[in-house]
Amino acid sequence: METTTVNTNFKSEEYFINMGPQHPATHGVLRLLLTIDGEIIKKVDPDLGYIHRSIEKMCERDSYQQIVHLTDRMDYLSSHINNEAVCLAVENALELEIPDRVQVIRTIIGELTRIASHCLWWGVMGMDVGALTTYFYGFRDREMINDIFEETCGARLTMNYNIPGGLMFDIHPNFVNRVKEFIAHFKTKLPEYDTLLTGNVIFQKRTRGVGILSKEDAISFGASGPIGRGSGYSCDVRKHHPYSAYDKVKFKEVLKTDGDAFARYQVRIQEMWESLSIVEQLIDNIPEGDYKITTRAVIKLPKGEFYQKVETARGELGVYIISTGTKNPYRLKFRSPGFSNLSLLNHIAVGGKIGDLVASMATLDLVIPDIDR
Amino acid sequence: MSIAINITGTIQDWLMNMMPEGVANIVAMVIVALIYLAIFAVAGLYLVLLERRVAAWFQLRIGPNRVGFQGMLQTMADALKLVSKELTGTVKADKFLYNLAPYFVIISSLMALAVFPFTKEFQAFDINIGVLFLIAISSIGVIGILLGGWSSNNKFALIGAMRSGVQTISYELSIGLSLLTMVLITGSLQLSEIVEVQKNGWLIIQGHIPAVIAFMIYMIAGTAETNRAPFDMVEAESELGAGFHTEYSGMKFAYFFLAEFINMFIIAAIATTVFFGAWLSPFGITESIPWLGVFWFLAKAFILVFLMMWFRWTFPRLRVDQLLTLEWKYLLPINLVNIVIMALIVWLNMTIQF
Amino acid sequence: MNNEELQNIINSWFPDSISNAVITETSDETESVQPISSNGLEFTEEDSQFLNVTVQPEHFHKLMSQLKSNSETNFDYLFCLSGVDWGTELGVVYHLESTTHRHIIVVKVKTDDRENPAFESVCDIWATAEFHEREVYDFFGIIFNNHPNLKRLFLTDEWEGFPLRKDYVDEINMVIK
Repeated sequence: METTTVNTNFKSEEYFINMGPQHPATHGVLRLLLTIDGEIIKKVDPDLGYIHRSIEKMCERDSYQQIVHLTDRMDYLSSHINNEAVCLAVENALELEIPDRVQVIRTIIGELTRIASHCLWWGVMGMDVGALTTYFYGFRDREMINDIFEETCGARLTMNYNIPGGLMFDIHPNFVNRVKEFIAHFKTKLPEYDTLLTGNVIFQKRTRGVGILSKEDAISFGASGPIGRGSGYSCDVRKHHPYSAYDKVKFKEVLKTDGDAFARYQVRIQEMWESLSIVEQLIDNIPEGDYKITTRAVIKLPKGEFYQKVETARGELGVYIISTGTKNPYRLKFRSPGFSNLSLLNHIAVGGKIGDLVASMATLDLVIPDIDR
Repeated sequence: MSIAINITGTIQDWLMNMMPEGVANIVAMVIVALIYLAIFAVAGLYLVLLERRVAAWFQLRIGPNRVGFQGMLQTMADALKLVSKELTGTVKADKFLYNLAPYFVIISSLMALAVFPFTKEFQAFDINIGVLFLIAISSIGVIGILLGGWSSNNKFALIGAMRSGVQTISYELSIGLSLLTMVLITGSLQLSEIVEVQKNGWLIIQGHIPAVIAFMIYMIAGTAETNRAPFDMVEAESELGAGFHTEYSGMKFAYFFLAEFINMFIIAAIATTVFFGAWLSPFGITESIPWLGVFWFLAKAFILVFLMMWFRWTFPRLRVDQLLTLEWKYLLPINLVNIVIMALIVWLNMTIQF
Repeated sequence: MNNEELQNIINSWFPDSISNAVITETSDETESVQPISSNGLEFTEEDSQFLNVTVQPEHFHKLMSQLKSNSETNFDYLFCLSGVDWGTELGVVYHLESTTHRHIIVVKVKTDDRENPAFESVCDIWATAEFHEREVYDFFGIIFNNHPNLKRLFLTDEWEGFPLRKDYVDEINMVIK
């Protein structure tokens, strides 16, 4: 078949600068080549691959329990939810009955992870637009969640608490009390966030009307998570394809229609409230039961293809497994939310100023290991 | 030539006895200059430490408290480290201008520091166009920035320098006009006269409404003059490199850095002198101890410096075009109207006098 | 809508006159497996949660644009684009979802030309495909015609070989158990 490729790379006379791989405003090792004309951006070309670790190739040679450990290095801010994705894919493929206790605990810890990720996002967002103090306030609250996780799961960042079949250990006896303390504390802190940043005139001028993304573009670019919801696209996987205990709790899917950076910001702040409410609904009634069901030591998925979607803090993570019945997957593909979210950066940044690029990138909440895998 | 140096008559007399008058004057000037250089260095060092402790306090942490008592020697240690660094330079940089640029900034700060009335006897240079002198001197600082950016032979430094230059010259207008508003009450540009007039009550109270407005505009414009947040798009925009001082290292970088803090102190000191009565104590409580004036002056200046630091650690940054819009479309018209109001108030004798 | 209706609609776009495949016997097969019909499309629900359509490369772009633009199917959300090395063939798998009807379909396209595999790009239909197709090109070597900027994404431009293919050999970097 004839091969035709049309290349529209940079012309050599254009003025281009590098927002290099080490940089305070790009969260992680991302290199952006900007073509600018004075202050206006003409083109943004991301250069990826600085933290590519070929996770997908490694998955073809590892067993399923080992694969779970690889997943939380991808989007390390929602590590628990990443683990859950692969565990659910494997459990659904094997058609295992997961006890209620496991589902409820997975949901609680997933929502706590989401809150922790959004706290960090908020801190970094403030820092990017110049309010340098927000970084410390966001991390202070995140530390409380990390301490809870350390006691129960043993780790603060790469949790590895989910395994195919359930959880690795039962929750610590202090878990319920500490989570309740955290909820009470955080409910007083979250309005502080609004006072410090949301209502500030300068912040609103930096984010309102900046980086506008329409609903059709959001769907076409595959934007999911808070970015899609900020443009009015209802894409919450917890609502449309519920998993774990999400069909048993009541929560709202936060939608805004403006599509600008401020709308995405508001969606995330509101999501923190919703996550708190989900944890509150579940924390008092954790059902008794087993914390795991024993699976075979060597897990072999039946022949076929399996797809599992979950909602991480960034959007929709998809795990696509093609199995031929052996103990390793034949092909495992991670559909990462950050990858699709990054692809729309060029679309929303062109025509704006460099300060707007920084503000919109902060609302895209990119974690580069998630993109590079 | 007689210079109004009112520090201590005894040193002057002693020098007069030792050598002919001309030479004695020159030696006296050199001594004063050295004293001010020392003040400048010490003030710079402690302002940096203050900024770090204040920032830490806002951010719920402690800040440097190990080196010396409560971290007092921290900046000294940092300065020693900077002195020992290699002075790198770019190959195609214009050597003369590259080396000259930091000195413009330092010299303008030092010159401005010379006119402040720290207390009744402690003012190095009481020129009769005091306020005008101050405004003119701060304009010289801009040259240093532009030269620094240009001579680095680095297109990002140049962009940063240009932006900083635009920002500074725009906000100088606001500073000048708001100071002018207060001069309408005092009727004199000489700083010691301004302080005399304030013996009837600080100028910000004498001028009530327009004075308060002028003060607010002055603080905003003053923060913008020194390129501090929320107006620091130029230097915190490290996407395009570190602004105009990208190519400087070691001691020359330290000059720019120190000059920024001294500029902040100068802005606060001008505000203290013109709005808050320089070394006068509130309600005249310590009028009998003139040397306590230094304490009052420094206290008022440091409150204003603290205010500027508070701004930095709370507010996000303005984008460059928003910054310039703020000045030209909002502050300048308000300022002009304010001058008219103040003129009316002075003409109708509606100032509050004690 | 359910898979039966989807299948009927898709078949209606490709009437039998475009046949270039072999017609096989149908009667005794299980219900879920459909035979290769004469229009080059192959439907199956076996071994998968969703309806899978395997299409020939010639009709591929037409099928994709119809899937998006037709208001009854309205697949406007391409949520996963994966390259697969099926051993002898190289293929691409597209997972599509409709945001209005909330149904999901999987489209597969394969070629056994391993030297110069090429398919039509779907960047003009779904904008998200631009980056995903670059990734597939980077790891499998599959060329997408009419792609605006087809060059390597993660690996450096000088890299030789396509790592996710099954026959990729790299003594230094790959650890084989």
